Amino acid sequence: MIRDLSWVDPLYLVFALRWTILLTLLALAGGAPIGLLVASLGNTSHATSRLASRAYIGLVQGIPLLAWLFLFFFGFPIFGIDVPGWLAATCGFSVYSSAFLGEIWRGALQSIPRTQWEASASIGMSHVEQLRYVIIPQAIRIATPPTVGFIMQLIKNTSLAAVIGFVELTREGQMTAAATLAPLSVYLMVGALYFALCYPLTVYSRFLERRLHGAR
Amino acid sequence: MGYTFHFRDVFAAQDALLHGLVLTLQLTGTTILFGFVIGLCVAVASVYGSTGAKRAARAYVELIRNTPLLVQLFVVFFGLPSIGVKLDVIPVATIGLAINLGAYTAEILRAGIESIPRSQVEAGIALGLTRSQIFRHVVLIPALRNVYPSLTSQFILLMLATSVASQIAAPELFYAGSIIQSRTYRDFEVYTVIAVVYLALALLLRLLLALGSRLLFRRRRR
Repeated sequence: MIRDLSWVDPLYLVFALRWTILLTLLALAGGAPIGLLVASLGNTSHATSRLASRAYIGLVQGIPLLAWLFLFFFGFPIFGIDVPGWLAATCGFSVYSSAFLGEIWRGALQSIPRTQWEASASIGMSHVEQLRYVIIPQAIRIATPPTVGFIMQLIKNTSLAAVIGFVELTREGQMTAAATLAPLSVYLMVGALYFALCYPLTVYSRFLERRLHGAR
Repeated sequence: MGYTFHFRDVFAAQDALLHGLVLTLQLTGTTILFGFVIGLCVAVASVYGSTGAKRAARAYVELIRNTPLLVQLFVVFFGLPSIGVKLDVIPVATIGLAINLGAYTAEILRAGIESIPRSQVEAGIALGLTRSQIFRHVVLIPALRNVYPSLTSQFILLMLATSVASQIAAPELFYAGSIIQSRTYRDFEVYTVIAVVYLALALLLRLLLALGSRLLFRRRRR
């Protein structure tokens, strides 16, 4: 059915944004715990776990995100697990974000000077107290700007979920383009909506970074 | 369970895979070349350009970096014919990917150029070097050396991102995978093989770029 591009189409695209946002949040919910694990494994004194952490990051980052999505999408049914598309997409994006978040957070933890550990130990703090009161507060400040930057990256990359049929902004755009035969205007609108979502995060990340370097 | 993996069907299509692999390498190579040139021009414009040029460079970088590659490829894919340019899908994919890579490269190179202290340039002037000599030896090469790790990561990300071009039917490795999948229905096996090939390519590219840095920046001052 071919119809003209009408005023409701941009509206539908705006509504489709919520699925993009939701998928991003799901990916973060899945990716953050694994990322935290990867980061802490990468910071132990144990050589094997450090190696495992680095191998995981290298493995995930060495394979295209599109391939991860397809592997989960087609992989679950093989093991007899019937999962809806959104769950397969969430798994794919979680794995992807866990590696990037793990790398960012490992770097942040590592950038805390050893003397901070020694100083907090010398005033009698336990390991948990050291982390809770000395290390993590400083690491969070360092890790926040790149984490916000990565979330923006993730929002853009959720567009790939369209390929396995998850209806978010890009998929909605594809359907609108197919129905109206006006792909260029539709994709320009889709691009503008992504920009409206990502640009504030970019600016915020930059602001955080400047504040961090100003405070030093 | 009860599923038997059949990789035989996938490997039977090795010609198609190989063809896709060659195109992926070609796409990666040409995109890096064009993307680097675009990035260098934009970085120079954003550091040394007039106010207008600076603004244009800024707008380009922000527009590209804040929108998804897939949407950019769609815009180029549908936009070029509407302004009367009809090209084969590989050049279209190359243009789209190069525009994308150009913005990221520009941002990295700009940071590199800005990392060179003003006093270095002044020292160059004092030594009587010409402007182009100063730019080349005092600014560009040390700047490249400073940002080489970021540049390397960006190029590897780009190599992996060429898989997105399969969505505008550029017949590269990932697209070859989807063709084999539709012929054999061995989806999981196909994408496992594809994933392993990309992983190997990523490791290989990292190795090559590391060797490249040895050759490019041989004279290291200590």
